[in-house]
Amino acid sequence: MKPQVWRRAGVSLLLVLGLALPLVVSNGYYQQVIVLAYIWAIATYGMNIILGYTGLLSLGQAGFFGVGAYTAALLMLKLNWNFWPALLAALVVSLVLGYLVAIVSLRTRGHYFAIFTMAVGVILNLVIDRWNGLTNGEVGLVGVPGPGSIGPVSLDSDLGKYYVVYVFLVVAVWIAWSLRHSLPGRALLAIRNSEDLAEAIGTPVMRFKRLAFVLSTAFAGVAGALFAGYMGYLGPDVTSINMTFNMLLYLLIGGIGSIAGPLLGALIVSFLTQFLQIFQDYQMLIFGPVLVLLIIFFPGGLASVPRLIRRRRARDHAAAVAMAEAAAIEGSGSAKEGA
Amino acid sequence: MLNVEGLTKQFGGLKAVDDVSFHVEPNTITAIIGPNGAGKSTLFNLIAGALPPTAGRIEFEGRDVTHAPAHEMARLGIARTFQTTHLFEEDTVLDNVIIGHRLRTRSGLWDAVVRSRRHRAEERECRERAYEALRFVGIESLADMPVRLISQEAKKRAAIALGLATQPKLLLLDEIAGGLNPEETQRVMGLIRKLVEHGYTVCFVEHKMHMVMSLADRIIVLHHGRKIAEGTPDEVRRNPDVIEAYLGGAAHAAGE
Repeated sequence: MKPQVWRRAGVSLLLVLGLALPLVVSNGYYQQVIVLAYIWAIATYGMNIILGYTGLLSLGQAGFFGVGAYTAALLMLKLNWNFWPALLAALVVSLVLGYLVAIVSLRTRGHYFAIFTMAVGVILNLVIDRWNGLTNGEVGLVGVPGPGSIGPVSLDSDLGKYYVVYVFLVVAVWIAWSLRHSLPGRALLAIRNSEDLAEAIGTPVMRFKRLAFVLSTAFAGVAGALFAGYMGYLGPDVTSINMTFNMLLYLLIGGIGSIAGPLLGALIVSFLTQFLQIFQDYQMLIFGPVLVLLIIFFPGGLASVPRLIRRRRARDHAAAVAMAEAAAIEGSGSAKEGA
Repeated sequence: MLNVEGLTKQFGGLKAVDDVSFHVEPNTITAIIGPNGAGKSTLFNLIAGALPPTAGRIEFEGRDVTHAPAHEMARLGIARTFQTTHLFEEDTVLDNVIIGHRLRTRSGLWDAVVRSRRHRAEERECRERAYEALRFVGIESLADMPVRLISQEAKKRAAIALGLATQPKLLLLDEIAGGLNPEETQRVMGLIRKLVEHGYTVCFVEHKMHMVMSLADRIIVLHHGRKIAEGTPDEVRRNPDVIEAYLGGAAHAAGE
């Protein structure tokens, strides 16, 4: 049981680290970079469920992020809702809209699915951008309230907001992790691996794809609502297709399909871009090659590094595997072949 | 057990399967043979529910399943393997096979997230079924190996184990010995016999004639989508239509 103990210790350490982080990093600017990375990571965890687990490239993620953000912000600004019910509403709206889009989009496959969902994302972005009467168009919404306070504890301070987002991040990781290791999650992985085989072993493929899609849009919607509450203002730019590709970038760098991937990717890319700002006009000149190198040397993302190390060790065992196999099959075969 | 009547599948102008009827008795081995493009795999796809038939009727254990989708057929007790095994190479053998029993479980997303008692029990059950199946096919000791490291034969066995984990009554094996050398083929034949000894019913598509002739209780011969012969290995071997189909015009070879 030793590995389990180690893992538990590691997870606890990370949790404590996350709790202590804003106390250590007192610089407000860096705190904001971290919190925004967390928020985008939550949306990316959603993308990981549909792309990483289920193998469907859905490119509407930023659109659903926007749906969640604007739902929450508008309910708070126009109907004076509190943050929490507004967040719940954002979850429900992005879930329902996700379900409707899923019904239609999942009839397509492969590239067509990617293009269809991308179109959905673009349309959502355009609606938000152009519907001046409701969303205030390019100007955006200002004065969006934060999470308020629970009893005497104010969550509207920088520290309070950090912990609110942090809790949601932990929940997102928890869902991602338990889904990954559960029977329904294995069904999603089976679909990614081979739809024909998944269907043949009794997986209602369409139902599970819909589940994955709706989960991904729900994650995006919640992340959007958190964004609105955290920033206090909201513009249509966060719903643009570029943000979807950013999430894709986080996944590529962190590791598609992995548990740590989305968070790792979001944090590293965020800090890398911050750091590279000192190079001003040349920053992309550095960012590009770094990205290419990462993809070349870690095609499975940074989360795959421990796996690569293990794999190198496993290669030495390949011969032993062959021996064990020969013995196993020989034994079982001859025992029963008397027929 | 399985009753197929007038089954037809038309792709545009081509009848891939044309008015095929046969039935499969429980606890027997039925082989489906025919030259390339005869419609064998299409027939399997129709039976397994992966393709909807154009016409005809399929009954499984007295129930009309003509329009049942593949995942429903799996639930009813039909398991299949594919020509290429479709296993996930990066995962371990056990992880590949565990999912086989999921169709007999009821845990949903919520159970997974809150780690409900039901989910834990069902997960344990799936694991046990997977080990059971791996033991049956003789590769239990490879459970923790990544699939990419194991041999072709072991992969075929793993594919059968995955099918067994679904608790089927009928197994459809599509060229299970494809890509295996004679020795490995011999061992896989032993495994198929073992399946029948343990009460399973097997239906297989195969090109290796010695395997078909020595394993099958009944053989169904397809040619251009039509059933041209059916019978015991001896009957089929002597059937002039079969010889014609396989050897073309040289039908006189029947005399040898």
